[in-house]
Amino acid sequence: MSTDSPKTLFDKIWSDHLVKQRDDGTSLLYIDKHLVHEVTSPQAFEGLKIASRPVRRPSATVAVADHNVPTFNRENIEDEQSRIQVQTLANNTKEHGIEYFELSDKRQGIVHIIGPEQGITQPGMTMVCGDSHTSTHGAFGALAFGIGTSEVEHVLATQTIVQKPAKNMRISVNGDLPFGVTSKDLILYIIGQIGTAGGNGHVIEYAGSSLKPLSMESRMTICNMSIEAGARAGLISPDQITFDYLKGRPYAPTDEHWQQAIDYWSSLPSDTDAFYDKELVINSSEIAPMVTWGTSPEDVVAVSGLVPDPSSAKTENKKKSIERSLDYMGLKSGTKITDIKLDKIFIGSCTNGRIEDLRSVASIVKNKKIAPHVEGMIVPGSGLVKLQAEEEGLDVILKDAGFDWREAGCSMCLGMNPDQLKPEERCASTSNRNFEGRQGRGGRTHLMSPELAAASAIKGSIADIRDFD
Amino acid sequence: MDKFITLKGIAAPLPIVNIDTDMIIPKQFLKTIKRTGLGISLFYEMRYDHQGQELKNFILNTKPFNQSKILVAGDNFGCGSSREHAPWSLKDFGISCIISTSFADIFYNNCFQNGILPIVVSPENSKKLMDFASDQKEFEIDLPSQNISVEGEKIGFDIEPYRKERLIEGLDDIGITMNYEQSITDYELLQKKNKPWIFKDIK
Ligand code: SF4
Repeated sequence: MSTDSPKTLFDKIWSDHLVKQRDDGTSLLYIDKHLVHEVTSPQAFEGLKIASRPVRRPSATVAVADHNVPTFNRENIEDEQSRIQVQTLANNTKEHGIEYFELSDKRQGIVHIIGPEQGITQPGMTMVCGDSHTSTHGAFGALAFGIGTSEVEHVLATQTIVQKPAKNMRISVNGDLPFGVTSKDLILYIIGQIGTAGGNGHVIEYAGSSLKPLSMESRMTICNMSIEAGARAGLISPDQITFDYLKGRPYAPTDEHWQQAIDYWSSLPSDTDAFYDKELVINSSEIAPMVTWGTSPEDVVAVSGLVPDPSSAKTENKKKSIERSLDYMGLKSGTKITDIKLDKIFIGSCTNGRIEDLRSVASIVKNKKIAPHVEGMIVPGSGLVKLQAEEEGLDVILKDAGFDWREAGCSMCLGMNPDQLKPEERCASTSNRNFEGRQGRGGRTHLMSPELAAASAIKGSIADIRDFD
Repeated sequence: MDKFITLKGIAAPLPIVNIDTDMIIPKQFLKTIKRTGLGISLFYEMRYDHQGQELKNFILNTKPFNQSKILVAGDNFGCGSSREHAPWSLKDFGISCIISTSFADIFYNNCFQNGILPIVVSPENSKKLMDFASDQKEFEIDLPSQNISVEGEKIGFDIEPYRKERLIEGLDDIGITMNYEQSITDYELLQKKNKPWIFKDIK
């Protein structure tokens, strides 16, 4: 690629981090920031130990326990294996001089919430984490992707990663988002359109006028779920909203570096005539509040729609997969989505566990009570999100409505801790995966926005926020 | 890492699309701090009932497929999380080759870190191989010549040369990268000068 041909945001970050183009066609890419958590790191540290390798740059890494930590009574983690895993992370980070946010630290939280919150995530950076939702950080115009444990070890040892360039895909969404439609609906709609393998091999850049006014929180929700569309990373060009979000955060640039950084960040957006391998243009008026009915994030339908009919599937495979999903979900085709009765509501996760999400939920449930047969649980994305919510009095509103108010962590997004669905329990969840057994063996997950989940909690069945008052 | 050169044996057919990493190895098994011992929990929810008894109708519980080293699976195998526990559990079970029409990126990559060969074939060949697998035909995978042979039929496949070489040699990426130590140091010095804010220490 010549230096003056038009480049995408991805191309620019890529070429700025190229340590070495190797003869075998692979590239050695420098990694600016590395996030580490308890579940995918122990075997990486073990590998370093076996090979007597040090961590090359401990100060480029931050660690936190989030996946299997309890959300109440966490002074003493009861589950022995979880306790060992958290303790192993504490020991490993101590041994290698890596910053670790302990469970008692108010900065503890889901790894993808704390990166941006601390200002560690910045435009133009390369970031990795042994977790697929690392794509979240792309909302800042950072190239951020999930890696496996062997790669975690590679990054710890060398601060680089072996990669081949991804292809560029652009999804432009134009127009104001209709009433009741959030960034969660937008990304669910996109996944429904392109499917869970639609982004394989690509980095998706989200563009278009619909995104311009969106807050960083909303943008993170979009990039977060890029992996559900098969893309390892999502990207959104940094702009004034990005800069304003970062200003003053603990690890954001300061003094003379701030202006230097802004100048660099401003040079990052894709050039006008840059080439994309795939393009998709969406008119925002097509998008309604969305809900998943099945066991894959591509199984989406508008909240005003019906549970699909397998016989309408285009291929035999698709038909079988719909039948299998409906059977698992305990649903009949043709049922109105808004007639689906719920048992649990889960508000949280790295998709929708930020302060803006909690504010939306609180505004909807204020002075109301959740349906008597429903259990509602709110798990803030980080200790700081929790504190902020408490300062704003949101916790009081939410508890008054009947929600459980928990400590920060991944919680029922994947149910590695005690927060799990029981078999056949049905949950409205603001998280990102509705796979079989994801929230607990036999549990049934309907993904949706925090707004829809809040309204559904009050109604006791899936609610259309547009008919709700 | 184990080398992968050739592999012979019957293949287990698993004609389900979008087999995600939660299906391959559910979360309760991610609490380990070791790489080994996960084979028994592979495909846990499909393989065992609620009492933990083997489900007789699940393919990997039936003879001779419980000895398969090869898996022929539906489209988009390995989607979902980045957990390397997925390839670890497959490997620990004894599977070192997976054939599908497509793989999720992270899973695909993780396979090569563990001496597993993921092979992408066309939908037509996938169907053919699925049938051969069901009929318990012997598969022969030859990585150097990039062929799958069954019943006298040869199906070629693509693989990036650097991945092929690493599998055949059983090479460890970290060792290779460490030969570029000087380039990494030079890069860091230059970037520190140009974008000093990026190097602010996390502590
Ligand atoms: S909240 Fe869920 S998706 Fe996000 S990092 Fe935790 S487990 Fe993964």
